Amino acid sequence: MTVPTAEGSTRYAGARINRVEDARLLSGRGTFVDDVSLPGMLHACFVRSPLPRATIRSIDTKAALAMPGVHAVFTAADLNPDVNEQWHTSVGPEGPETPRPPLAEGEVRFVGDAVALVVAESRYLAEDAVDLVEVDYDPLPAVVDYTTAEQAATLVHESHGSNLIGQMSGLPASALQEVFDSAAHVVGETIYQQAYVPVPMEGRALAVDYSAPTGELTIYSATQAPHEVRLFCSRLLGVPEQKVRVIARDTGGGFGQKIMVQRDEMCIMLAARKVPGPLKWIEDRRENLIAAGQSRHEHAAVKMAFDAEGTIQAAQIDFVSDCGAYPTPWPVSTSSVVGALFPGPYRVPRASFTTKTMYTNTVGRTAYRGPWQFETLAREMLLDIAARQMGIDPMELRRRNLLRRDELPYTNANGMPFDHISPMETFEQALDMLDYPAFRKEQAEARAAGRYLGVGISNYVEPSSPGFGYYATEAATIRVEPSGKVNVYIAGGSTGNSIETTVVQLAADALGVDIEDVATIQGDTAVTGFGAGAAGSRSASMTAGAIRETAAILRERIKAIAAHKLEAAPEDIELGNSRASVRGTPTIGMSLGELARAAYFDPYSLPPGVPAGLEASARYTADTRFVWVNATHLCTCEVDVATGAVKLLRFIVSEDCGPMINPNVVEGQIAGGVVQGIGGVLYEHLAYDEDGNPITTTFMDYLLPTATEVPVIEYGHIETPSPGPGGYKGVGEGGAIGAPPAVVNAVADALAPFGVTVTRLPLGPTQIHALIAGNRG
Amino acid sequence: MGETTVNVTVNGRSCEAVVEARLTLADFLRETCHLTGTHLGCEHGVCGACTVLVDGAAVRSCLMFAVQAGGTEVTTIEGIAAPDGELSTVQAAFRDCHGLQCGYCTPGFIVSVTAFLEDNPSPTDQEIREALSGNLCRCTGYQGILNAVHQVTGAARGEEPA
Ligand code: FES
Ligand code: FES
Repeated sequence: MTVPTAEGSTRYAGARINRVEDARLLSGRGTFVDDVSLPGMLHACFVRSPLPRATIRSIDTKAALAMPGVHAVFTAADLNPDVNEQWHTSVGPEGPETPRPPLAEGEVRFVGDAVALVVAESRYLAEDAVDLVEVDYDPLPAVVDYTTAEQAATLVHESHGSNLIGQMSGLPASALQEVFDSAAHVVGETIYQQAYVPVPMEGRALAVDYSAPTGELTIYSATQAPHEVRLFCSRLLGVPEQKVRVIARDTGGGFGQKIMVQRDEMCIMLAARKVPGPLKWIEDRRENLIAAGQSRHEHAAVKMAFDAEGTIQAAQIDFVSDCGAYPTPWPVSTSSVVGALFPGPYRVPRASFTTKTMYTNTVGRTAYRGPWQFETLAREMLLDIAARQMGIDPMELRRRNLLRRDELPYTNANGMPFDHISPMETFEQALDMLDYPAFRKEQAEARAAGRYLGVGISNYVEPSSPGFGYYATEAATIRVEPSGKVNVYIAGGSTGNSIETTVVQLAADALGVDIEDVATIQGDTAVTGFGAGAAGSRSASMTAGAIRETAAILRERIKAIAAHKLEAAPEDIELGNSRASVRGTPTIGMSLGELARAAYFDPYSLPPGVPAGLEASARYTADTRFVWVNATHLCTCEVDVATGAVKLLRFIVSEDCGPMINPNVVEGQIAGGVVQGIGGVLYEHLAYDEDGNPITTTFMDYLLPTATEVPVIEYGHIETPSPGPGGYKGVGEGGAIGAPPAVVNAVADALAPFGVTVTRLPLGPTQIHALIAGNRG
Repeated sequence: MGETTVNVTVNGRSCEAVVEARLTLADFLRETCHLTGTHLGCEHGVCGACTVLVDGAAVRSCLMFAVQAGGTEVTTIEGIAAPDGELSTVQAAFRDCHGLQCGYCTPGFIVSVTAFLEDNPSPTDQEIREALSGNLCRCTGYQGILNAVHQVTGAARGEEPA
């Protein structure tokens, strides 16, 4: 399962290597936060608001405190004054921010808002005690609908002075007025997406072990970014960073939800210093669905101008998103990405955008896999609507406008500098894999027989591995241990995305050692250098860079020692199969174990200038600010017009993520994202009633796709190397970006005979029924 | 709170403890027996992460009380591999087919699939999908999991793994 190289040594990158994570996870030996149990451990449970907005008149904790086994009941007065500083590194200390009291202070702002924290000897007792805490609320009118929040008399945060958190814009719409006025066709719609959420199978989780004598904290965290948890905690409590150690061994999914520390985690960090034992908080499913965050809830008025041949002349988007009461982090800059990327991988000479982010009395917005994916959803839905209105085949319309390789680099109308992408190639590959003409024929025959088949496509280009701010660098330490075995220390933050396997593959290649000789230590801030964690589809490119830099130092040193011992020139030393040997005479060589023994235990035998030991640390700075990735998603479906049920028939993804480090991992990331996207269109809806009560608080109401609903996903691959390390690109988020519009367009295509225009998600049976009925009506 | 002595044979070893009547089998396994491989994803019987075998039948341990398991033989994920660590056929197929990412749902899937294939060693694709529909996975999109089950059933029929 390896790829042989020209010199005959083994190469692991590119091969379907089995994962090093699997042995423990398959046999129940993983270590998730809830699996950590320490002597004297105490358990935390939150008292949460049942009202979307209310004044807290009083909190009576007496009965709860009187319960045997209960150690403490904290309210805002106990915890909030201890906050030293609270800000996320990506936003910075000066960033405009939402006030973020750990426990609700004076006013609750959404159903699920944490009002008090109970600490008891067991989770069972803590839950019992929660029921005994009496909170007297004075209900207040709530802002539930973000589409009218700007005009609402009620303010979610009085101190902000408005429910509009912030806005961003590109070129003003007036600048495009002339283009739209004179265009042969103008197509415009307002497109709405419902709230749906990451739903990691493990909820949020934190265990904090505080040692009063030393002032040290050891934190076990379900996180995508262990170093950010450490930094945040040190600022929050005002303790030096090195006194906080964050350990994240196994984390049960994150998908964006576990990047940033939120208010609930702040409470646990603050409370841990006030109780006599390590404090553990394990979020249950209901809490995860009401308090961990919302995403995707947004809409936009979108418009495109075309000439008579269907060539795009201009594109405009006016975007508004629901950010709930406590968005984490500040949501305004992400919203601008929606605007900037709306033109997508197409030739769009003119573009304009505006974005607005709104506070409401619902759970705060957090990141979710491709947080800006609305740009793809809205654009690809609009292109299909446009094609239908203009009487052009939707694939042909795209073909006329997609960027071609010979046009690259191409800076889009909003300044996005696209390069090293292949939108036309992934598009044609996906259509070939489907046999598009054959499908249209099948569709026509099915229609004649009263069955409704549809096909939908979407193309996108996304920025991975951002080379900005604290995302722009990653460190690695590599130790060739005295035995010759290799350990790679890297920040990590894998929540399922196989970073351990990736690191082992890349390090084995970089040092020319057998993969069995390499191990990796990740997710422990005590021994790894700072890294921003698993976010922004950055892990592949950034860890590849960190390993490249660090391994280069060690290779040089290993070669120098080997050359000295073997009486050859360093340039003539080759590394492979855990050996250093003389080029052309492979029998003359030494194993890495022998070299390491000399390096550690016989330092005076080393050549002059070569330090003892075989350890190196180095830090990579992103070679490039943008690593662009593109893909085409193509989906076919059948809609049962009697029941409104959608059955997906085929799902094809053609992706250009550059060379693949491990095709299993790439396909796994795509599949996971695609099924989350399918869920978002057909099944999932984090719904509130009009009074602001969450109504999907269990898996009975919040419906996730299961094995019976998912199609077989077929993968096509185009390989355009990025300018970054190894030519690799990020692939973690794209599946969730590309899938939704492909599914929507397929359903809309199936329903085309009914003359329906789909502009609202989700597309459950009820909505599909209403669409058909509405147009028959 | 009523407390009872309960004795359960877990992975071949007898586990006796005095427990509260309300203690779930899942918490008994995780906290009393220190077998943390059984995970909780919903605590109300929907996600299947907590699946264990009770007298050979797949059961959601979040829905059963420890006292109800008294006198039974329970197999958890820790009891599926051979004592020397060698993975079972089902576990090995999940590894080969990238049937897990974060691994949080995995113990439930492995146990459910093990029980299912015991009952039905040659299922159709549709039967496999239905058998898995009581287990939720948020990472894999089920692709690797379905392939893994097909690998096991294909091998049972003497087919080459794909
Ligand atoms: S935890 Fe038991 S079914 Fe979800
Ligand atoms: S592997 Fe993560 S939930 Fe299934």
